[in-house]
Amino acid sequence: MHELALLIAAGIASGTPLLLAGLGLLLNERAGVVNLGAEGLMLIAAVSGFGIAFYTGQTWVALFGGALVAALCSALLGWMVVYLHTNQYASGLALSLFGAGISAFVGAALVGKKLELDKTEKLPVLSDLPFFGPALFQQHAMVYFAIALCLGMVIFLYHTKSGRMLRGIGESPASAHALGFPVRRVRWISVVVGGAFCGLAGAYLSVVYAPLWVEGMVAGRGWIALALTVFATWRPWRVLLGAYLFGSVTMLQLHLQAIGIEIPTQFMSMLPYLATILVLALISRNPSWIRANMPASLGKPFHPG
Amino acid sequence: MAYLSPMISIALTFMIAALVVTAMGKDPVKVLSLFTLEPVKDKRAIGEVMLKATPLMLCSLGLAFCFRSNVWNIGAEGQFLLGAIGAGGMAMWLTEAGMTRPGWLWVSLALLLGAIAGACWAGITAWFRDKAHANEILVSLMLVYVANLLLSYLVFGPWKDPKGWNFPQTLRFADSLSIGRLGPGMRVHWGFVLALISAGVMVWLMYFTTLGARLRVGGLAPDAARFAGFSARESLWTVLLCSGAFAGLAGAMEVLGPMGQLTPHVSTGYGFTAIIVAFIARLHPLACVLASFLLSMLMIGGELAQSRVGLSASVSSMFQGVLLMMLLIVDSFIHYRLAWRKHAGKDAAQHA
Amino acid sequence: MPEILRLRLQGVSKSYGSLRANDKIDLDIKPGSIHAVLGENGAGKSTLMKLIFGLLQPDEGDMFLDGIPIRWQSPEQARAYGIAMVFQHFALFESLSVAENVWLGMAKHWTLAAVSTALETLAHQYGLAVDPNALVHRLSVGERQRVEIARGLLARPRVMILDEPTSVLSPQAAKALFAMLRTLASEGCSVIYISHKLHEIRELCDDCTVLRQGRVTGRVDPRRCNDEQLSALMIGGAPPPLVRAKRDSAAALFAVDALSVPAIDEASERLNAVSFELMPGEILGIAGVSGNGQGLLLDMLAGEPSDDSRLMRRVAGHIRFQGRAIETLGVRSRRRLGIIAVPAERLGRATVPELSLADNMFLSDESDAWQLDHRKLRDAAQAVIADFSVKAPGPEALASDLSGGNLQKFIMGRALRSAPKVLLVSQPTWGVDVGASAQIRQQLLALRDAGAAILVISEELDELFQIADRFHVMYAGHLSAPILREDATLELIGQWMGGSWLLAQQAPSVAGAARRVHH
Repeated sequence: MHELALLIAAGIASGTPLLLAGLGLLLNERAGVVNLGAEGLMLIAAVSGFGIAFYTGQTWVALFGGALVAALCSALLGWMVVYLHTNQYASGLALSLFGAGISAFVGAALVGKKLELDKTEKLPVLSDLPFFGPALFQQHAMVYFAIALCLGMVIFLYHTKSGRMLRGIGESPASAHALGFPVRRVRWISVVVGGAFCGLAGAYLSVVYAPLWVEGMVAGRGWIALALTVFATWRPWRVLLGAYLFGSVTMLQLHLQAIGIEIPTQFMSMLPYLATILVLALISRNPSWIRANMPASLGKPFHPG
Repeated sequence: MAYLSPMISIALTFMIAALVVTAMGKDPVKVLSLFTLEPVKDKRAIGEVMLKATPLMLCSLGLAFCFRSNVWNIGAEGQFLLGAIGAGGMAMWLTEAGMTRPGWLWVSLALLLGAIAGACWAGITAWFRDKAHANEILVSLMLVYVANLLLSYLVFGPWKDPKGWNFPQTLRFADSLSIGRLGPGMRVHWGFVLALISAGVMVWLMYFTTLGARLRVGGLAPDAARFAGFSARESLWTVLLCSGAFAGLAGAMEVLGPMGQLTPHVSTGYGFTAIIVAFIARLHPLACVLASFLLSMLMIGGELAQSRVGLSASVSSMFQGVLLMMLLIVDSFIHYRLAWRKHAGKDAAQHA
Repeated sequence: MPEILRLRLQGVSKSYGSLRANDKIDLDIKPGSIHAVLGENGAGKSTLMKLIFGLLQPDEGDMFLDGIPIRWQSPEQARAYGIAMVFQHFALFESLSVAENVWLGMAKHWTLAAVSTALETLAHQYGLAVDPNALVHRLSVGERQRVEIARGLLARPRVMILDEPTSVLSPQAAKALFAMLRTLASEGCSVIYISHKLHEIRELCDDCTVLRQGRVTGRVDPRRCNDEQLSALMIGGAPPPLVRAKRDSAAALFAVDALSVPAIDEASERLNAVSFELMPGEILGIAGVSGNGQGLLLDMLAGEPSDDSRLMRRVAGHIRFQGRAIETLGVRSRRRLGIIAVPAERLGRATVPELSLADNMFLSDESDAWQLDHRKLRDAAQAVIADFSVKAPGPEALASDLSGGNLQKFIMGRALRSAPKVLLVSQPTWGVDVGASAQIRQQLLALRDAGAAILVISEELDELFQIADRFHVMYAGHLSAPILREDATLELIGQWMGGSWLLAQQAPSVAGAARRVHH
């Protein structure tokens, strides 16, 4: 029983970067912009966050510092894609390649370093509950922050005027423009904020989850987060569900070994990527259904006037 | 005019590179010369440029083919690795069995096997897109990670050389099982010529065959392709299998050429760099050849920077990303001015 | 004391690069007037309205609202001063409700609840039945237009601009709209009614400004003009006469038998046991407001089915050519039989905009060669340009460089070159100038006289009346029984477009009824 609780806890912790990045990508995709630079953003934020944590010893400063750096990079991407009308796919790819390179470059000095951070408090009563305590309530504060962000995203998208406007822009930027909405500004902001979320995800990985820095440590989670938004049909609660599911798949590897099933580590490590492909295939099978749920202008540039 | 944008982008990238390098406390002139002058200073150095350009050419030709048809194959790296695995595995088996002559026959077969392996790997992506409408960017990319892990499993496990001091590598293939060199003292091999021929084949395919015309229409206007009765399925499979074969062939050449064995480091990101090559070349086959040389010099420069100046080798991939970004930005500025004028004329027709 | 004009434009001009879209336009709108702005496509109407509505700024000239000079910088400003615009293409978001949609376009102080209440009040006042909580993707086209109008009315406008509002309405729905506009005008609001439909303008409007090639060519009272006078102002002369000959009918060359295609969702098109016959040497028209299944029908007939295999498995019925079932054949096989389709979407479907006219000939190339023959394509394009009076610099000109009319002439020419036995055309002269339209209609009649069977799907009843021998009407995926042109009146067709024949037949099964009617 205790193993199950630990497995759940591990799945949640492992899924949190996917949740954070997934929510960020959901936001800019809902506005109609696809961001293939997620992997690069997460790497940049991971190395920045680790560096800040190393030199200041402050967890939250590091986390939000990483998010800020990612937001700055997203601002550049957003400018390219929204105002210069560069190809969204190519631009995102360029950012991912750049992120991989610069994070390795800058992080070379940080490999092997250890962090000394302030300890996090445990939740008072809840963490001592039987089963549910270890399963749900002994996580780092960032995990709960991510869940709160998910809730906030739901409220924003479905219960505020700006959120509905953003959804409208993603569906039909031409109509939105005719109504006088600031289409490009909203899209740009969504890319920046979405990038900040990806940054939080990356910084969480290097500062809290691992915690260490090594080149390429994001290991494709940015790409998996992109698949997640499709899997979740662009709805926040489903992103949460999917993130934790995918996180658990990664954890399965260690626990199968613990039970005694001997599969070479490389094949176990393949699981999340294979799972992503499978899920993508299952979800995309019905093109009409996808069309009905996807923000209609996703990936297409908008030329006003 | 079409060359203006890449040239400006390259210039801008160099400027940014100089700034970054200075910030790291190194001499920018010295570092930049490592990227531009050093790689072409003598015959041997030029040979190295040609050597690295070979896989870039092959991969980028296939990718340009795909991108033109709006099929975003980002997994060339994985197809490259499968090609290496295929050819490397066959070479390993032949060496162990002592069947190493005639070399040219076995090498040709191994290269073919590598191309087939790469094509099959790309075929997985094609299958998922065809049958399940799954996004090929994500599928092909996930398969890169899988391919990497597969290679890792093989060289750390069943294919590991028992006499290799436990290093993750296969045994060295027999000398006869390598592609012939183009000249003494150089590592560049006949694969380079094959890559050039492939570029010519691509030009012919894209611009002088009806298949190429169908693919171009499909990439520019999918509705028009449907209207004309062109099979989207045929296009999808053609470009992906072709691209996978090219990338697989490139991987096979790496393994049977300069490397001579299979290790986890068979690729230094050729599959991804080839994406940049394809974009700089504006998806045109002949320009892919030129752009391959450019990026080959960038890659070599990165290695030199690491060994001689102490910069991390990833400075190269960093500048590749910057180069692509600069290209996209400069492109949009230039086209914006052209398109704006055209838009103005079209606007007039639509708004009146 | 002279009457103060509600809206006055004086010497207003706007250019796009070298093209002068509006050239020193004067416009006088009286309060409480329904003022038509009449002109062909390309005359400058849309640009003028965008200037009035604040989406564009004029290069020169002045605008006055109730005597006060104005200059808007944005649509919000225009709205704040009481200018409301109902677009031809609705600015609605399908995934949101009616109230949410309207609320998004309102000023800050409106709450969602206040908008809902206001919409319900409007419904009673003007007969605009809309459910504030309905999601837009479930609404029909006419209902969506009502939402757009309601949105305009909520702001208590002083000037309401409608851009070709009846292009998406059946004649009955148009009458309801007119009644509503008259009520609005009687309360003092001025209505600017943009259209090129002469009979509507004469029925509804009390004042009219005619535009041609960016200039005002006349200011008249439409109630005192006839069609010829208005036409003359609009196109500068009488339209060329159409020549047609009568034809006897023979056995059906092309027939559709109970073709049914299920719908993907509420808003998409569907086909419900559609049946009709095409005789050689006749033009069969299918009238109906766009979106009732015409697009889907053309796709199925041309051989371009949906890529959704699940959907395609549920398709029923047959398509027959010379008695043989051909519904499993692809586009190229059908072309080889002589069945050619000309879709409504010219750029992006019938042609590739970025390719030259010569390269675009490749789309209809029927040879199976693997080698691309550039010269053959170029010669073919040149032949089309010459034979069909296409105004183009040459075969290497890009498709996107041609004007709408010339591109359509090229597309038609390319189709006619292969001497089709069956031609399936959708919206042949939509957005095409009068001269080119006449040429295209003449070509269709010539093809008809040569013995081909032609299907023309068109929204323009006038056009069908000119060239079709028989009609069907399409409504909500159902096809009516055929009627001869001699027996059809505008009234009857209009009723059928509104679906009244369908409702009458709904008690017994529709398919059965349709079969009965055919005999």
